[in-house]
Amino acid sequence: MVNSSVTQPQRWGWVLGLSLTLIGLMIFAAGIGAYPVSQSEILAHLWQRGLGASVSPQLDRVLFEIRFPRVLASAIVGAVLAAAGCAYQGLFRNPLVSPDILGVSTGAGLGAALGILLSLSIAAIQILAFIGGLATVALVYAVASLVRHREATLVLVLAGVVIGSLAGATLSLIKVLADPYDQLPAITFWLLGSFASIRVADVTAVLPAVMVSLIPMILLRWRMNVLSLGDEEARALGVHPGRLRGVLVIAATLMTAAAVSIAGVIGWVGLIIPHMARLLVGPNFARLLPVAMLMGACFLVLIDTLARSLTATETPIGILTAFFGAPVFLVLLARSRRGWQ
Amino acid sequence: MAVGIKAHQLSIGYRERLLATDIQLHVPRGQIVCLLGPNGCGKTTLFKTLLGLLPARAGSVDIDGLGMHTLSPQAVARRIAYVPQTQGPVFPYTVEEIVLMGRTARVGLFSAPTLRDREIAAEALAKLHIAHLGTQTFPTLSGGQRQLVLIARALAQQTPYVVLDEPTAALDFGNQMKVLEQIRALADAELGLILSTHNPDHAFAVADQVVLMSKDGVTPAQPPAVQLTGERLSALYDHPIDVVTLADERRFCVSGPRQGTYRSP
Repeated sequence: MVNSSVTQPQRWGWVLGLSLTLIGLMIFAAGIGAYPVSQSEILAHLWQRGLGASVSPQLDRVLFEIRFPRVLASAIVGAVLAAAGCAYQGLFRNPLVSPDILGVSTGAGLGAALGILLSLSIAAIQILAFIGGLATVALVYAVASLVRHREATLVLVLAGVVIGSLAGATLSLIKVLADPYDQLPAITFWLLGSFASIRVADVTAVLPAVMVSLIPMILLRWRMNVLSLGDEEARALGVHPGRLRGVLVIAATLMTAAAVSIAGVIGWVGLIIPHMARLLVGPNFARLLPVAMLMGACFLVLIDTLARSLTATETPIGILTAFFGAPVFLVLLARSRRGWQ
Repeated sequence: MAVGIKAHQLSIGYRERLLATDIQLHVPRGQIVCLLGPNGCGKTTLFKTLLGLLPARAGSVDIDGLGMHTLSPQAVARRIAYVPQTQGPVFPYTVEEIVLMGRTARVGLFSAPTLRDREIAAEALAKLHIAHLGTQTFPTLSGGQRQLVLIARALAQQTPYVVLDEPTAALDFGNQMKVLEQIRALADAELGLILSTHNPDHAFAVADQVVLMSKDGVTPAQPPAVQLTGERLSALYDHPIDVVTLADERRFCVSGPRQGTYRSP
């Protein structure tokens, strides 16, 4: 029997601990807001409702139509952005990439803004977001592989910045064209990220895309590790890098687009959380994915709670993730001289 | 059945330029073929073509009689293991995880390595006397340890053939000898190996056959004592080299006279 650096019990210890933390955070977050509810009230309400006893209809509406969908959506989006970040970082062998740095978020945002401009349905907005995201990542990767520079990491990041700002400029154009009373506030608010207008329908609309794109990541968990060695080594170890990478990039982009379509563009989660998860359990994807997803969920539930309780009006969530993410990233960058974690 | 890795009238190179043409090469089981040649002559390109990582520009590569172009990456990886020149992975995998990656061609597409795979990885580490490194992360290892780990990964792959690209580069003298001993042991265990090196003494030490590669192409394989003469080495490296033979028939190279032309001893 071989000793692993993180043994099985330790791995499940992290998953269990983070799951309990997430549940605790979600109950805590559900109690906070304009209509304060204590955590014990929430638990009592859930218990009674579970037993079929009569409950306060007012509290029921606050919890089940406003609070829970919002908390659930922030947990899902946090988990999704973290999962996509893990996948992109492994697939591009690049600890500096994330849905936002690769321009996927902006591309998806562009697609979604176009959908809002054309007054399309939520499903159509999701599809446009996906097309925008996928087009961006394909363009970034194509530019980076055409350049074939020695500093592949740098080129990929720069290509992402360039294509991302091009998408950003197009977005600004859409904003100019949008109806300033109806569409423009929706687009602007949405570009900074927000869970303020989440309804039950949004959560159910986004779940299928998330589930579908998680399946290849879970199934190909071992191949993910091999792919992160680079195409030639992966191929020499018996993997078909092109096909697998294609499937996994599409999956990561689909889930990012789904998240963007309900919550807007939320940066930093997909960059920072995979790094922190790797510090805890190492880079093996089978361990990294669940831990990063749980951490991402906890993080965004917490940040969203801050977003709606810090100030009288809601703070856009993208602003808070940047305030948190930028300094953390600088610390990681300083550590990186000792090798990426 | 034609046993071994065989290159027949092989041309290697990239779209823009051919590096070498009309290469004949045979790596039989149980033997070490050593490839010598100056920087940039295409040794790594030849290896990548033998592994199917680059397409043959002309001619063919066969493994045990099967055409390379008919084999999937998985089928190739079950027959030939590759010890590349690498800076290692971007992410800090543990030694055990790196070696386990050698099992990939035997792990189902949707599966992860089993307990049996872990045992095979542990055996590979033990065989190279580096079992104690199992839980360390790859970036924390020294150059010699990294090389041994990559050889262990190739062992865990359980293939009849191994291609090693400069396995002794950047190692201190002791580690060079340790790696060469392990390579010899693999050949004695009936594996067929081809390796490149910049040190002709390593060819003297372990090779059964030596192939010289230069801009002009690839020479036929010959035993080291025949292939590696002072004259040929001097021409290959464009520097005067003498081959010295000790009383016990061991041979090694010394740099020839600093000034003037090469003189035979």
